[in-house]
Parts: sequence; structure tokens; C-alpha cells
Amino acid sequence: MTVHRVEIRSSARAGDALGAQTRARLRAWLGVDAPRVSTRRIYHLDLGLSDDEARRVCAALADPVSEEASLGLLEDEGADVWVTVAFKPGVTDTVGASVKRAAEDCVGRSLPGRAYASTLYLFWGVERSVLQTAAPKVLCNPVIETATVSSEPRTLDLGVPQAGSDAPPVVGTVALREADDHTLQAISKDGMLALTLAEMQTIAAHFRELGRDPTDAELECLAQTWSEHCKHKIFAAPIDFVEEDGTVSRIERGLFRRYIRGATEAIAKTRQESGIDEADGPFLVSVFHDNAGVVRFTESDHLVYKVETHNSPSALDPYGGAMTGIVGVNRDSFGTGRGADLLTNVWGYCFARPDYDAPIPSGLMHPRRIRDGVHRGVIDGGNQSGVPYSRGFELFDDRYLGKPLVYCGTAALMPVECAGVPTHEKPVEVGHSIVMLGGRIGKDGIHGATFSSAELDENAPVQAVQIGDPITQKMMFDMLAEARDAGLLSGMTDNGAGGLSSSIGEMAEFTGGARIDLARAPLKYPGLAPWEILISEAQERMSVAVPPEHVESFLALARRREVEASVLGVFTDSGRFEVTYGETSVVDLSLEFLHEGWPKPVLRAELDDLAVEVDGLPEGWQDEGAVGERLEELLASHEFRCTVDIARGYDHEVKGLSVVKPWIGVHRDVPSTATVMRARHGRSEGVVLGEGIAPFFAADDADAMAKACVDEGVRRVLCAGARLDRMAALDNFCWPDPIRSEKTPDGEHKLAQLVLCCRGLRTACEAYGVPLISGKDSMKNDAVLDGVKISIPPTLLVSVMGQMADVSAVLTLQPRGEGDVVWLLGMTHADLGGSAAERMGGRFSGAVPTSDVMAYAQTYAAFAEVRDAGLVRSADALGRGGLGMALARAALSSDRGLSIALPSLPSLGAYGWLFSESTGRILFTTAADDAAAVERALGPHGLLRLGSVGARGPGAAVTVMHGTRRVLERPVAALRARYVGHGEG
Amino acid sequence: MTPRTNPSDRWDPERPSPVWDAPLDAIEGAAEVGVLVFAGYGLNCEAETAAGFEMLGARPRIRHFSDVIDDPTALEDVRIVVFGGGFSFGDHIASGRVFANRVRARLGDRLASFVDGGGLVLGICNGFQTIAKLGLVPGLQRRAGDPLAPQQATIEHNDRLGYRNGWVRLRIEPESPCVFTQGATGSLLEVPSRHGEGKVLLDPAFEAEVLEGHLVPVRYADAEGNATEVWPDNPNGSPGGIAGLCDPTGRIFGLMPHPEAYLYPENHPDWIAQRDAGCLPTRGSGLGILAGGVRAALR
Repeated sequence: MTVHRVEIRSSARAGDALGAQTRARLRAWLGVDAPRVSTRRIYHLDLGLSDDEARRVCAALADPVSEEASLGLLEDEGADVWVTVAFKPGVTDTVGASVKRAAEDCVGRSLPGRAYASTLYLFWGVERSVLQTAAPKVLCNPVIETATVSSEPRTLDLGVPQAGSDAPPVVGTVALREADDHTLQAISKDGMLALTLAEMQTIAAHFRELGRDPTDAELECLAQTWSEHCKHKIFAAPIDFVEEDGTVSRIERGLFRRYIRGATEAIAKTRQESGIDEADGPFLVSVFHDNAGVVRFTESDHLVYKVETHNSPSALDPYGGAMTGIVGVNRDSFGTGRGADLLTNVWGYCFARPDYDAPIPSGLMHPRRIRDGVHRGVIDGGNQSGVPYSRGFELFDDRYLGKPLVYCGTAALMPVECAGVPTHEKPVEVGHSIVMLGGRIGKDGIHGATFSSAELDENAPVQAVQIGDPITQKMMFDMLAEARDAGLLSGMTDNGAGGLSSSIGEMAEFTGGARIDLARAPLKYPGLAPWEILISEAQERMSVAVPPEHVESFLALARRREVEASVLGVFTDSGRFEVTYGETSVVDLSLEFLHEGWPKPVLRAELDDLAVEVDGLPEGWQDEGAVGERLEELLASHEFRCTVDIARGYDHEVKGLSVVKPWIGVHRDVPSTATVMRARHGRSEGVVLGEGIAPFFAADDADAMAKACVDEGVRRVLCAGARLDRMAALDNFCWPDPIRSEKTPDGEHKLAQLVLCCRGLRTACEAYGVPLISGKDSMKNDAVLDGVKISIPPTLLVSVMGQMADVSAVLTLQPRGEGDVVWLLGMTHADLGGSAAERMGGRFSGAVPTSDVMAYAQTYAAFAEVRDAGLVRSADALGRGGLGMALARAALSSDRGLSIALPSLPSLGAYGWLFSESTGRILFTTAADDAAAVERALGPHGLLRLGSVGARGPGAAVTVMHGTRRVLERPVAALRARYVGHGEG
Repeated sequence: MTPRTNPSDRWDPERPSPVWDAPLDAIEGAAEVGVLVFAGYGLNCEAETAAGFEMLGARPRIRHFSDVIDDPTALEDVRIVVFGGGFSFGDHIASGRVFANRVRARLGDRLASFVDGGGLVLGICNGFQTIAKLGLVPGLQRRAGDPLAPQQATIEHNDRLGYRNGWVRLRIEPESPCVFTQGATGSLLEVPSRHGEGKVLLDPAFEAEVLEGHLVPVRYADAEGNATEVWPDNPNGSPGGIAGLCDPTGRIFGLMPHPEAYLYPENHPDWIAQRDAGCLPTRGSGLGILAGGVRAALR
């Protein structure tokens, strides 16, 4: 076909925002000064258009008011160097797909072939060699894009990045039966299978019994299904844990069953015995066995919540990896039961410091660039999906240099019933069709599941990265919601990690079997081997079960909505997962072996005394007279400084349901304690979201870390107004490899930390009566680069979802009136280990806060009563940065002064008072008239009257007395200057 | 109607300024007003848009664009057509471009006769980008019976590249013929702005006519209520603070910010302070824009 090339540039009036941003980045990131940069959009149309049609399409693509377009080349304007940035062959090109759609609309017929989008940068006054170096750092990501740098006169370039091959779809076999151990290990490593020797031996034995060798697809399918990512082997394996006294406890059924599921089952039992759910039905509607957890909310809606991590892909391609993180977790929550309506997103990132200045090992990106790409990816993915964000946080620690942590989550509303059937159920029956819909299959994302179950090294596969296409997904969700409401489907699940091999392999368990034909799967380009089709993690796909009588209407609806849907096969009761390519058998595995056949070795966990005292606190750091400087330094640090300009890139108001937004205060630039959304239009009920994360406590005491996480999450939603009896939590573990090996000699220690963390998690959840309804673990967060191993600190994230009956009762941390009383609820101890103030000073050791969760639970019940009586006017959960940071938030959010008096205690100086991170504490305000009632109700729970709220105005200041001495006096304006002074974003 | 004091983002009860205060109650006879709200292709604000019209007593119906194309009666019994917010076709190529081309090709003639018959059109955010590229606004020099006007204005990337979500102050221009902004007192309306492409550029050949005809019903304003080009009060650098455009009849209106995201008083960032000060509205003030449309549809 003839290829046409369209080149478009903006008029001078319209300006060139991308050019301006590129100039700014070159300067900020590389110190390169480019006197002038301009950009143009290029589209290659390989669509079988006549020249006349191409001219019409060209005109339809450009803006008649602000742009100039040419079929061919526009003039060069005397630029010195030009750089063309284009996708590599086979990378998802969403803009190209829209160009094709626009061309079809323009010529009024459907077109063969493809369109390709690329960007042309023109530079004046910069050397070609400079741009050669700069291009992969600023203009493109070499993993997915190519940059062609040239200073020669331009010629018309009509080449397109065609992907695929004419290779026939061949099914190979792997000679496992006769392989020795060395060969088995080599097959696993060379094939990116991430299977252990014991697992390879088990597979070989299984096939010896069958009297044949496995096909390549069978081995890949087992590798996907048995991957740590999909099977959570570390959480399922028996563990011998060496207790502090040297005795060994056997955790026979694994950590998940004992501690996580165990906590939830215990809470369900307590609820049942108490009769608390008698009126409304059980709180726990569907937990652990679906894509996301489901809890009861109103008579017409359940709530769904899921948080995922997408760490490894984000390390390779921050933008694409993070975007697939958010649109992927959207599919998890959407694909729960027979479909839920997405309500809001959450995110959280752990990076190395953006100003990291040591050399970066080869194979890694600078944390500043990872941060920028991750934000943009989740911004685009969330915004284009029409889902607002509620919660977001960033933590910085250089141990996240090797693998950044990228948490993405989604809460959703599930109608209690659809088409007369409870929506959380999937009544899939034998004979129902297996339909795949959404995006097409390519080589993208092959080995994502096994790759994320391995450490990162220089040989990470580029195809492990997927590019998100939120619009294809949004159109698919809209269509599936219609199909759900019309009763056209009986079940669905997301095609995520492991692709079809995992999604159909799992759904097969509904009926006890499934049969699919890969030749019916739509491909992005020819030449994929059957095993590649089976395990590709190409994005924006769901697998759906459709009863035979509805298949025709389901497919017709899909066509009308321009969603590609293909019937791949049928659910059976054969007990087998059968895959063919046309007539050729590709996979024939028993479901029992596929899902339960993996060997469970007993793991050993024992704490080492590895504690290294790292104490670099400068002289005078903790001095009483320096607490004001400390507070200002914290406010200006990466951990606490104002990042609202980055956060405003994320839509947080689409759907029109926000009540407490992510950023609050008179300047709308202080992060809220928890966020609240009205759940449905015209109703008063609200969903309250908060979270807890405390990786800096893990080294000292992983049990304490877990309790601190649950406590912080619960306390946040409690402060905003959530009911105590309707909270639910998610656990996300991100761990360094906890399996002892040559590369991980301290594996038993890391596994012991995991055991302790799980214990603390269960203890806290049971104390608060907060069930864990879903979770995720990511267990190989290490990188070995240039021979150096970088492991993340053990990191648990607990995300808490609360409920309230009437959103008009919410509270924020913002003090509301002059003369209001400031209170501190909960005891402050000298818990400075892992605290923000100590870390900033260079001390990374010391006792971390332990949490008396049973006592806290009583305190919170008492606080909730006072709150629900309407006495509390503002409330904030103390967390990182302690009381000092909470006071700063109160002042910054209200522009009011605060007069605070701290009692003199022998165990706690002013520094300890202000920067201890003791858990279980709430800073709140009430009217002065209510002080006596507050004292009566909360006095027994460690209540301290701290002082009062001052007036607004230029003179507003925060003053802190310690005993008789004034230890801190800062105008609110001065604190604000430090807080916003860096202008990030 | 009791006038309220101004809840601006720098909340200052001592320095009130006149709030645009439209009646927000359900409208008598509104049940006659059929409202067609488009969905599909990545649009995503249809639920709140329909909810707003429902609060006013009108009869909104959310329909996928492809169903409207297939249904020749789709515009009968409809008085207001809404192109709502979202990312039609991902804003690929340029915001609203692909959708506008498709609407012009497949629904252009029916839309032209709909507006000739007195039908109202509201475009919000992506919908504004779409109807501007569709020629519906400013829609100058078009006579009844003509096809839709050619494109006379465009919406470009924000000067500061990238999406931004933040509340803005809109100055409502009293001289504008726009029917959606009429029937209220005061001049300042606060609403959320959420876009990456919002800078309004007029074709120089039509600029004078747009300005003289007061076809700019809403402008971004600073704390004093003056139109502004300064970020962040003006989030995109739109010249003269232009935040929206209408056609000469005033019955077609498009704007970048989101009145449909301020249906409830609790949507406002300062709503708790407003309640403490006794000036929390009973409903979100953004609803007033939809109410103006419903009232005009009844006239």
C-alpha cells in the first residue's frame, strides 16, 4: 500500500507548549540550553488511501484555526538539528489507532492497515552530539521508542515500524523427561520461567507419568500459573519460624491462611456472634476469592476495593508501567463479580530521593525521571478513564533506587443485584461461551508475571512492558456494564498477569474445565507462536462467560460499541484446561495439576541480629532551642513539602461526588487526613479512604510496623467521620526476596520479618475489628546491577475503606474558629526510631513505636462517641513528623495561629514531644464551651489540653511553650514559605 | 432571594464580593424538557450531568452516540443536547477532533435542524472542545437551513503543558445573550476546572464579531473579580480569560469548567467554612447553569 505522511505544526499564535516543556526539561535535567525548540506531529498513513483521500484526511487531522498541515514535508525554518521520536515496532500506538478511526470517518469506509504517530523536534543552537546524548534521557524512552537525530537536510521518510513475521504458528515440545537438574535449571532461567528446581522436577515427573514431554505452551502456562505473582507461594508455604526463645513454631498452612484469612474469619465470627449484621446482612459479601474484596454498604450497593503494585514494569518504563498499573487495577475492581462501577482511584509511590546524586547503576533510571514518568502515567491512565483520585502519597528512601514501589488502587460500587441475580456471584455453567474482548494480542507483556517474580537485572526483557490504552478499556467497560445490566453475561475476569493462561485457567475452575482455540484470538500482527498468544499480557482485555442464548446479542452490542469481541471457546467439566490452535493441540493439562500440583517446600524463618546502629545526628540536633528549625526543615524536605501542583495533574472531581478532597485548607494545598466521596448521586452516604505505611519501622520491629500501618489507616478514616463497625482493609506487601539462596544469604531473616509483620497485622485487625478483604504481595523487590544488590526495606501498605451514613457530618484537619480548644488524644512516648526528624538528621535506628492496639480500640470508640455527638470541630491523625507536623498542617490549612503548651516530662523533651511518632494519637479541636464534656468523655484515654486556635491574619503565629519556656515561635507565613518554597511540578 | 456573601478560595467574610446566585430549585414545568446527554467513546461526565438535570425536574436521558445515530427519532422530544466532559477518543490528535469529525459526518444535518428549531446545546469541557471544532460556537454567519458553520475557534493546549484540576472563579458577563447564564444576581461563580487543553483561540477573522456580540459569557477572574490571564486563576492562558463561548442566539453554549461537578454544596472546597459562616447554599451553584438552560427551553 502507498504510505502517506502528514506533518502538522502549530501557528505562532497558538504557541508550542511541548516545545517549551522540552526546553525547560533540557535545562533542568541536563543543563542543556537550547535557544529554540519547536515540535511537530507526524502521522504515517498506511491505510490504502488514494492521494486525494489522503489530502482530505490530512485536512481533517489538522486544526484550521491554529495549525498548518502538509501531506509531505513542511519547511525546516533553518533548524540545526531535528529528532524524530517514534514507537518501536509492535508497541501499542493509541494515537495511531485514533488517526485510523478519524481517517475512516473522513472517507466513509473501513480501511485496511494502520496509522502511526510520531513526534518531530526541531532545535536551534544545539549540537547534534548533545542531542544524541540527551534524546534517550529527555525525549524518548529507549525501551519502547526510537529517536533518530539528524542534521542532514530532511527527506521524505515513508518507513513505518511494521511488526510481526510470516512465521507459522508452531507448537514446540520441551525435552523435560530426560533432563538432569542442571538442564532443568537452565531451561527455567533461559526461558524466563522463574521456576525453582523443585518445581521443574515436579513438572518433569508429571510428564514422565503422562509418557510425553510438555509443549512449550504447557511449560509456559505452568510457569505463569505457578509464578509467585499468581500463586503467592511464599504466603502459602509452610514455615518453620524460630521464636525469640529458640523454639520453632510450624506455620503449617502458610502465612495467608493463618494470619490474613485467619484475621478476617475471626472477625466474621465475632460479628456473627454479636448479631451486629442481623439487620442488613453480613458485612463481608465476597472476600479473597475474587479479583477484589466486596463489603456491604447500602441496600442497593456493595463496595469493592483493591490495591495493586506495578513495580517492575515501572522501573523499566515509568510512564507505560505505571499507566498499566492504574488501568490494570481498574480491571480488577471492575471485573469483580459480574462487574462493578468504578468510583475512585488511589496511588502511592516509594522512590529514591529525586535529588539523588550518586552514580546510577546501569540499567536503572534516575529516580527523578522515574517519578516524573510514573506520575504522568497514572495521571493519563486515571484521567482518561474518567475516574477521580482520592488518596495519593510519596515516600523517598534511596533503598527504592533498585525497584520503585508503585501502588495503584480502585474502589468501586457494585449494584447488589443485576438482572435478578446477586452481582457478586458468577453463575458460570458448562456450555457457556468464553469470550475475550478489548485490545488485541501482541508480544507486549510476555513474561510479565514471571518477570515480576524475579529480581531486576540488566537483561530485563523489553517485552515485559505493556502500554496502556485507557480509551479502549473505557469503551469496553461501558459496553460490559450495559451487558451486565441486561443480564447477558455469567462471569468475567481480568486478563492481567499471565494473560489468557491465567484468566481462563482460573475461570475454568467455575465449571471444572475449559477449552479454547487460540486461532480465534485477534492479533495485533502476525507471527505470534501459540504459547505467546496464550501468555501475552497485552492490556485492556477481559475474559467473559456468556450463556449460549445470549452470545449473539452480546456480540451485537460489542459491535455497536466498537469493542472487539471474540468467542474463543467454551466452559466444560472435563477437569482439564484444553488449548488448541485450530486442530493442533497446544495445552492439555489437568486443572488439579495446574492449580495444586506445585511443590510446597517448608521454609525457614529466623531473625538475625543484623541491627546496625546508624547514628549520624549532628550535635545539637535534638536541642529544645532548635525544634523550630527542625520543623521548618521537615516542611521543606521532599517527604513533606507541598506537591499540590503535581497532584493537580490528577483529576479528583470527575463524577461530581467529592466531599473531602485530597488537598484541603484555605489555600487548598494541605493533604487531607482522609478523603470522603458521596457514593451515588442524590444520596447522602459516603465512602471514606485512608491508609497507613511505615517502612522506616520495619528494620527494628516488623510487628510494630504492621500495627502502625493498620492503626494509621483506621485513625485516618476515624478522624474524617467513618463508622467504626464498617471499616475494611487491604494489605499490600512489598518485600525484598525472603528466600534464602546464594544471592540472598539473609533470606531467613527477611522471611522472619514477614512472619512478624503478618502477626502484627492480624493482631491489629482483630483488635479494631477491621477485616482484610483483599490484598497483594510483591516479593522480589531487589535489583542486582553492576554487581551490587539493592533491596527495598520491607514495606506494608494498609488501605482502609470506611463508610458514613451522611457526608454532611465529615471532619477535616482544618481548625475552624478562634478560641477553639486544641486537644491531643493518646499517649506520647519517646518513640523516635525511624521518625522523620531522626532520619533527616541521619539516624536510622532506635526504638520504634509499638502500638497497644487493644487500648487504642477503646480510645477510638470513646472518640467516635464524642465525634458523633457533634463536639469535634476538626481532627487529624498524627503520623510521620509527629505532633510538630500535625500542628503545622493545622496552621497551614487554616492560616490561623496556634498557642500550644506542652507539659514538662522527664522522659520527653520538646524535641520528643514534637517529633515522636507514637501511634494512636489524634489532634482535634472543639468549641471552648464543650471543653468540660470532652474532658469527661475522653479524660480516661490520655487526653491533653494543648492550647487554643488563634485568629486569621498576617500576624498569625504558632507558639509552643514547653513547661515555662517558649521553644518555638513561627509566623504561619514563615512556615508556609518553607512548605511551598520549592514549587515542584 | 437573599444575596449571599462570597465564598472565594481565600475565604474572607470581611470582604464579600457578589456571588452569581441563580435559583437552584426544581423548575415548574421542567418535566417537559427532554435532555439528551451523549455517552461513549471515552466521555465520562454523563452521570453527573444527567443527575443535575434530574435535580431540576427535567427529563435527562443518557444515550450512547452510536444509538443516537441509529435512531432517527433520537432528537425528537429533546430540547437540550449536552456534549459532556471526558476524553472522547483519548483526546488523541487533539481534544474533541475525532469526535467532532464524526458528529459532523453522521449527525451534522440533524443537529443543524435541531438548533434551527430552537433546540439548546450545552458543551462542557471536552464537549466545548467538540462543539467549537464542530462550528456550533461561535457559529457566526450561519443562516437557518445552512449546514453547521465552519470551525471559527479552537481550544489549544494549556500554556503550562498538562492537565490541571483546580477550582476557578468565573465572571459571568451580564451583556452576553447566553441563556444559560441568565436569571441570576451577582457575577462570580466558582466551579472546578479540569483540563489539559483549554486555551481558547478565535479565528482572527471572527474575533471582533465575537467580542462585539458579547459571545464570551464567562471569563476566568482573579480575586477582585477582574478577567485574568494569570495562572492559576486562569489555568490555561486563554486570552482575555475566555472560559467559554456562545452563539449569537445564546442558545448554544460551551465552557471549559465543570458546572455539573458542583451540584452539591459539599463539592465546594470551602464548604465547611461556608456552613460555619451561615452562607452554605442549599444546592451547588454550578446547577444554576443547567437551570438557565432548562428555563430557556421552557420559553
